[in-house]
Amino acid sequence: MATQRIKARKIRVLPGFKLTLGFTLFYLGLIVLIPLAAVFWKTSSLTRAEFWHVITMPQALASYRLTFGASLLAAMVNAVFGLIVAWVLVRYNFFGKKVVDALVDLPFALPTAVAGITLAMLYSHNGWIGQLLEPLGIKVANTRLGVFVALTFIGLPFIVRTVQPVLEDLDPELEEAAASLGANRWQVFWRVILPMLMPALLTGFALAFARALGEYGSVIFIAGNIPMKTVITPLLIMGELDMFDYAKATALAVVMLVASFALLLTINVLQWWTNRYNTNNLA
Amino acid sequence: MKTFLNILLATSLALSGGAKEIKLLNVSYDPTRELYSEYNAAFAKYWQAKTSDTVTVSQSHGGSGKQAQAVVNGLEADVVTLALAYDIDAISQQARLLPADWQQRLPNNSTPYTSTIVFLVRKGNPKQIKDWDDVVKKGVSVVVANPKTSGGARWAYLAAWAYALETNNHDEAKAKEFITKLYKNVPVLDSGARGSTVTFAQRDIGDVLLAWENEAHLALKEFGADKFEIVTPSLSILAEPPVSVVDKNAKRHGTTEVAKAYLNYLYSDEGQEIAAKNFYRPRNETLTGKYAGNFSQLKLVTVDQEFGGWAKAQKTHFADGGIFDQIFQP
Repeated sequence: MATQRIKARKIRVLPGFKLTLGFTLFYLGLIVLIPLAAVFWKTSSLTRAEFWHVITMPQALASYRLTFGASLLAAMVNAVFGLIVAWVLVRYNFFGKKVVDALVDLPFALPTAVAGITLAMLYSHNGWIGQLLEPLGIKVANTRLGVFVALTFIGLPFIVRTVQPVLEDLDPELEEAAASLGANRWQVFWRVILPMLMPALLTGFALAFARALGEYGSVIFIAGNIPMKTVITPLLIMGELDMFDYAKATALAVVMLVASFALLLTINVLQWWTNRYNTNNLA
Repeated sequence: MKTFLNILLATSLALSGGAKEIKLLNVSYDPTRELYSEYNAAFAKYWQAKTSDTVTVSQSHGGSGKQAQAVVNGLEADVVTLALAYDIDAISQQARLLPADWQQRLPNNSTPYTSTIVFLVRKGNPKQIKDWDDVVKKGVSVVVANPKTSGGARWAYLAAWAYALETNNHDEAKAKEFITKLYKNVPVLDSGARGSTVTFAQRDIGDVLLAWENEAHLALKEFGADKFEIVTPSLSILAEPPVSVVDKNAKRHGTTEVAKAYLNYLYSDEGQEIAAKNFYRPRNETLTGKYAGNFSQLKLVTVDQEFGGWAKAQKTHFADGGIFDQIFQP
């Protein structure tokens, strides 16, 4: 048994493994790792104490809370509502479906500054939506809520576009089988559909979350950018650059990078875990 | 290689009949778009009459700090015309593209025109904002950009600080109190001067905009004098946006001569008049009378007098942990 396994690994059915792996590593190194290494290298001009001082400044801590908090919240809200949108687009036929389908991609295509200006106008106290919310005591523009709104806007397509194809390929027989075994609709959704969608949903969540962390253009127009309150970390980094302080800017960037990488890795592990669980169950 | 290039250059010159086509890149800050688009045309005409060469000047605009950053990172500017000397100093220090004493090379500290910070208020001045004291009153909403990212906003901050010092016997603690009150009244800190103007004028936020004088006039022209009015405070800062040739870039492009002429012409009668027409205060005293309507009289202090120069002002007020940061600490 053991020897067989080793043999199977040595002779691959698919040729070109070494070549493609080599290319993959080269490409990732060139496009991703070298720029990232440059970031770390730039930070190295700071001493450890200086580095620590920069990344724990009160305004930096406040900005991490806002950036990571709002991004997480936006990705979670999108996971729920994006799933519903994908569900409607896959499962039902209705007039104008193609238009709705195309609309989903709009936040992808829109330059972020345009998105930011549009949102700021809409949610401003005299904007279409803002003037309806203001009497209710809800302020969106120039508050943390505004940051969340912008991040939700840009994150939606990630969830829909990752969940949609999986939902399309979902075999209706599985649901029928579940129903014939006595599961009610709620049970079918929770026990059959959702576990199968989970890997795709997690991918979409990770993408939306990562995108939100790095978002700059759309947020600065609606955030108000008041220090300690509505300054996102990317803006803080821009501020340091404007003061010609590369080392400090990159120190903050390193925090973002390490934290994002840890979070994305966690999500990937989680995804691998749910995926394995799935195939075992189906097999 | 060099001789080959020279031959190439010579032949191309011969083919074009002696008249050269010269390209210049002027890297400038946010609110000078209108000024330089008019000035570039005038300079091209002047240069063609003088040398029969055609000059095409390209413009790049953005936040002053970001523009300096771009030049440091290799943007091939022949000349820079930025919001504050500190930004050109940075180009000199970080990329060594021009000598440290660049500011002594042209008259008036290399600032051919000046400007100041004024108030733009809504028509009829509903909150009765007359001077800095009214700006810090409770319930007044003030729009200004973030001094960390905007040159204009730094001037505005320093103008307020200078006023507080002058009216409080130079008591720093009182000035800090004053500036804290001011920024507590700010609902939005845009990253650049243009952003603030848009927030105030189009998004209808705030009772008063702390703006470049020329930007305030431009807003009147753009959005209508029936919507806003300009209020000049009793004291403000003399903003000196300097200009310089970027020596190494110009040398490499072979544009040193024309780049120098481009900046010198800013001091000529025509250059000064174009600046005045675009609401920059000209250095030429004879024009001050002609455009008196554009520029209200007020007491102007300089950064050197009041703050001991840019480097010091920058360190005390805008660096991390400086007074601006302290305003927002709980």
